[in-house]
Amino acid sequence: MDWINHLTASQQFLVFSIVKIVCVFGVILPTFAYTVMAERRISAWIQDRIGPNRVGPFGILQPMADGVKALLKEDFMPAHVRKIYFCLAPALTVIPALLTVAVIPFGSTLGNASNKMVIADLNVGILYTFGIVSLGVYGIVLAGYAANSKYPFFGGIRASAQMISYEIAMGMSVIPVFMLVGNLNLSSVISYQTDGLLSWLIFKQPIAFIIFMISAFAETNRMPFDLPESEQELVGGYNVEYSSMKFAMFFMGEYFNLIASSAMMVTLFLGGWTLPFFGLDQPATSIGVGLLHIGIFFGKMLGLIILTIWVRWMFPRFRYDQLMDLGWRRFVPLALANIVITATILWLRS
Amino acid sequence: MQDLMFYLFAALTLICGMLVVANPFSRNPVTSAMFLVLTIASMAGLFVLLHAFFLAAVQVLVYAGAVIVLFLFVIMLLNVKEEERRKIKKVGLVTGIIAVIAISSIFLKVFTLSNSSLSAQLPAPTLEGGTAPLGKILFTAYLLPFEMLSVLLLVAMVGVILLSKRNLK
Repeated sequence: MDWINHLTASQQFLVFSIVKIVCVFGVILPTFAYTVMAERRISAWIQDRIGPNRVGPFGILQPMADGVKALLKEDFMPAHVRKIYFCLAPALTVIPALLTVAVIPFGSTLGNASNKMVIADLNVGILYTFGIVSLGVYGIVLAGYAANSKYPFFGGIRASAQMISYEIAMGMSVIPVFMLVGNLNLSSVISYQTDGLLSWLIFKQPIAFIIFMISAFAETNRMPFDLPESEQELVGGYNVEYSSMKFAMFFMGEYFNLIASSAMMVTLFLGGWTLPFFGLDQPATSIGVGLLHIGIFFGKMLGLIILTIWVRWMFPRFRYDQLMDLGWRRFVPLALANIVITATILWLRS
Repeated sequence: MQDLMFYLFAALTLICGMLVVANPFSRNPVTSAMFLVLTIASMAGLFVLLHAFFLAAVQVLVYAGAVIVLFLFVIMLLNVKEEERRKIKKVGLVTGIIAVIAISSIFLKVFTLSNSSLSAQLPAPTLEGGTAPLGKILFTAYLLPFEMLSVLLLVAMVGVILLSKRNLK
């Protein structure tokens, strides 16, 4: 490893960034595979079924079987679709979901103190995330448009209205968080939360957390709000005409979004890579503690993912007017009130 | 490297911008809207090169993420078949070319006049592109215009609601 010290600072930055990107990607793909697996097993458990348990011991090789199946199936393209958008849409669903992960600090430091465990430590971190998340709607809208038939089109239209609406509630819900922290950078959000368990923003801003979490379900089209693909009315919504790997990519996009939103919630509300005891809330000085921090982050993230899966199988789907009503007439005023109250308290304290 | 990135993003902005209005391969409004997204994304890249990170993020968030999604929404709900068949009109082409030549000659004149003294006269940037300095300056030096803009936006919002509600009691 001596050659690293001979490189210039910018070259070192480049090398470390590439290594971090490859590692994060290498972690997210298996996480995706086993989130799907967990979803299937937990849903089976909730519905008193057995679930996939044939491939490998306890069915742990099931994701590989699924992946191979998706890759080897015939990639059928119906004659009436708009071909360019039809191919573009699955890619546009996956890419934004992966890009959001870039600003999330998934650990403190590894090795020397300057080597922070975040791919891009932007000073407008959260705005970047919201910008990229808002691009996620294009994949679904274009899929609905490209399919050139009724049900996918309805799915696409519903998705665009739903995602724009809930983006507003989501964006407003995190404003109090950043009023408290005083910085948009996600690393400083975490360092704000190192002051004991009660400094975690979930305890300081419970309303913000609830609004953010429910809006995140709506943004990722998860179950109580999965109206873009509601099977009973729209057969499957925007992805009706898709098959094989293209369909699998929509699936991937949905789960990457789920993983990214869980990681975001851990960073914003659950203290990120910190734990309030054993001094685990300070940046690591040794490689072992650094790895432990990454493990803590990952553990919290998995907890939230499992919570999301649980919610999916526990609640029936909302009606479309109920969804819009909840977004615009409940969450937006509530989030605004939360902003005003937080501002007043901060003003009285100063 | 910075120069290279600038030329890359500038070229992307111009090419995509041209394809929004005069795409020779497709007259489909959805294609135009998608090229508008690309134009805005490359403009965000230019803002990043100027260290205006806040502006870049907001550019993507507001325009690419919300405004053009609404465009798409409207385009999809309207019947777009007619638009696809429409040919480029000759009058429009001629007037457009004249306008482009006029504007570019104005720019050329300005640049040739000021090019020698341009870099000397430019003041050092007083504002870093982060959020905090931008917020400070908005709420101190530019408070009145900022508040006026907010009122303007509010008026626009109320107006939209008024117009879209058919039967006011």
